[in-house]
Amino acid sequence: MTTTLAISILMTLAAAATPILIAALGELVAEKSGVLNLGVEGMMLIGAVAGFATAVTTGSPALGCLAAMVAAGAASMVFAVLALSLTANQVATGLALTIFGTGISALAGAPFVGLTTQTLGLVFPSSLAADPVLRLVFGHSPLVYIALLLTVAVWWFLSRSRAGLILRAVGESDAAAHSIGYPVLKVRYLAVLFGGAMAGLGGAYYSLVLTPMWAERLTAGRGWIAIALVVFASWRPGRLALGAYLFGAVITLELQAKAAGFSAFAPEFLSSLPYLATIVVLAVISIGRAGSIAPACLGKPFRATT
Amino acid sequence: MGPRLVPRLAPSRSMVFAAPVIAVVATVLVGALGFTLLGYDGIGAIREIFLTPLMSAYRWQDLLVKAAPLAIIAIGLSIGFRANVWNIGAEGQYVLGGLGGTAVALLTAEMTGAWILPAMILAGIIGGMAYAAVPALLRTRLGVNEILSSLMLNYVAIQLLYFLMRGPWKDPMGFNFPQTILFGAAQTLPIAIPGTLVHIGVPIAAALALTVWFLLARSVMGFQVRVVGLAPNAARYGGFREKRTIWLALMAGGCFAGLAGAIEVAGPFGQMVPGFPTGYGYTAIIVAFLGRLHPIGILLAALVLALTYVGGESAQTTIGLPAAAAGVFQSLMLFFLLAADILVRYRLVLGIDAASQAEPVATARTVAP
Repeated sequence: MTTTLAISILMTLAAAATPILIAALGELVAEKSGVLNLGVEGMMLIGAVAGFATAVTTGSPALGCLAAMVAAGAASMVFAVLALSLTANQVATGLALTIFGTGISALAGAPFVGLTTQTLGLVFPSSLAADPVLRLVFGHSPLVYIALLLTVAVWWFLSRSRAGLILRAVGESDAAAHSIGYPVLKVRYLAVLFGGAMAGLGGAYYSLVLTPMWAERLTAGRGWIAIALVVFASWRPGRLALGAYLFGAVITLELQAKAAGFSAFAPEFLSSLPYLATIVVLAVISIGRAGSIAPACLGKPFRATT
Repeated sequence: MGPRLVPRLAPSRSMVFAAPVIAVVATVLVGALGFTLLGYDGIGAIREIFLTPLMSAYRWQDLLVKAAPLAIIAIGLSIGFRANVWNIGAEGQYVLGGLGGTAVALLTAEMTGAWILPAMILAGIIGGMAYAAVPALLRTRLGVNEILSSLMLNYVAIQLLYFLMRGPWKDPMGFNFPQTILFGAAQTLPIAIPGTLVHIGVPIAAALALTVWFLLARSVMGFQVRVVGLAPNAARYGGFREKRTIWLALMAGGCFAGLAGAIEVAGPFGQMVPGFPTGYGYTAIIVAFLGRLHPIGILLAALVLALTYVGGESAQTTIGLPAAAAGVFQSLMLFFLLAADILVRYRLVLGIDAASQAEPVATARTVAP
């Protein structure tokens, strides 16, 4: 009995951590290139609605995931044109993207409220996942594994590949990178596009795996938490995965306490736990740190002066 | 050679004023096109949202009532944005302001007296400022990014509101609806223009805009805010304390958002309900930018954004436009404003001219790995 409970808690934890991890990995890459895109929440919502609408229409949740990445990637390009090519303030542009994503997803999703769709199937045969302990290894949605593989891939890309080195150079010193011939804007466009696609995939996880349904503001601020996680992780992929799973634990705690009818605290207090936890974590990691770990050019516009 | 952007020697003053107008016009055009493509009556939507409310005297009242909280919150935010302090938590500060006002209203439910309303407004301001003090404290003491902390608190504020509505503050005679009792006459904002909906929050918003305009333009404090925002290093050298400015910026935001919350709960709402957070805190960010962070510009911008609410509501009933359309129009306006802003610093050159040929071409040099 306790084993099954423990396993179900761990399953919930992985499920809660995955979308935040995927979106945060995208934001991490964008920020490493020097771009602060605060539109993650909006892009996740766009991904969630595009994924759900596509899955309902085509019957294929996998196509839904793809559509989510394309739609949120397209939204990220609106941000990129404004913030990179037109050198608009990145904070304001990111906020605009989040407000836009909230509005357009509600608009586009209105006909889909109340509908249901198939969720993504399991990767491994369900016979493997029948045993409670093996379920812990084999019983997850494909996106849970993809998120972990992505973490390794992003780590390898940033620290071991030449392209990753260029991306970091662009984020640390855009002027120097430009002067030795690296295409600063192109690198940043690609990084923002990757961030958008990942936010879209993270959003699709909500509407295709976790719930699966569409409701307005389905992601409930998780996009902002993903941005906070990047700060928590000091821009390191390994710590990002750790942080996302810690965060999954907080959400699991909230859900378990609610399910158990735990009445020492009001349910509203439990609902605000993820946000309070984020603030506390940000505060704790900020103690005694000069804040110099961020990419040096983060949030600064760049315009080549030929 | 196609159209290019050429840097200006000095920022264009006329473009500073033209950009918001360009943004609104572009929003109308693209909005009409976009909503037509989405299968709605695009032209009708624009007429319903941007013109119909202006044609009717009744809607004008509504417009002023909706614009007042937007303007008040945006004025507070603009002080912070000028100093590069990004308070995204106005929504939560507005809710806490409403809760502060509600607390006083509930305590004084059976009482009458001219002191009650000022006490409600004061409690609202204290609520908003106390809530803004959290990100201010975290930023100045620990260096926590105020964007993230103030935003997280918005979600917490809404949960606090739900908690109070479902529990301690629920109207015992309210058939179990999660809302407070209706406020009495002493707890309700007086009407400014008899026979209309226009309450005294509207003249208060206008008076605040004028006061802040004067303070920013004429006081040392206003100068300090502007310098810290424009040149933080120079400000530090000049002896302005950055931490004090961060506090000032966030307290101003919290104070104004809290005030708006108290005015709303004592005015149009007349009781506290779970639907109190209406996104004003986020829309006010757009109002602040569209108004060029200038108090008078903000008054005009608040009226424009109020149109999207008032017109959006009427477009829901007349042409079946979903409520979310208002948010889409609002964000389009901000997108276009941010895009048009480049014209403040750059000139748009169309086609070939002498300068374009004289300009050196950037040469990319390959580098050995």
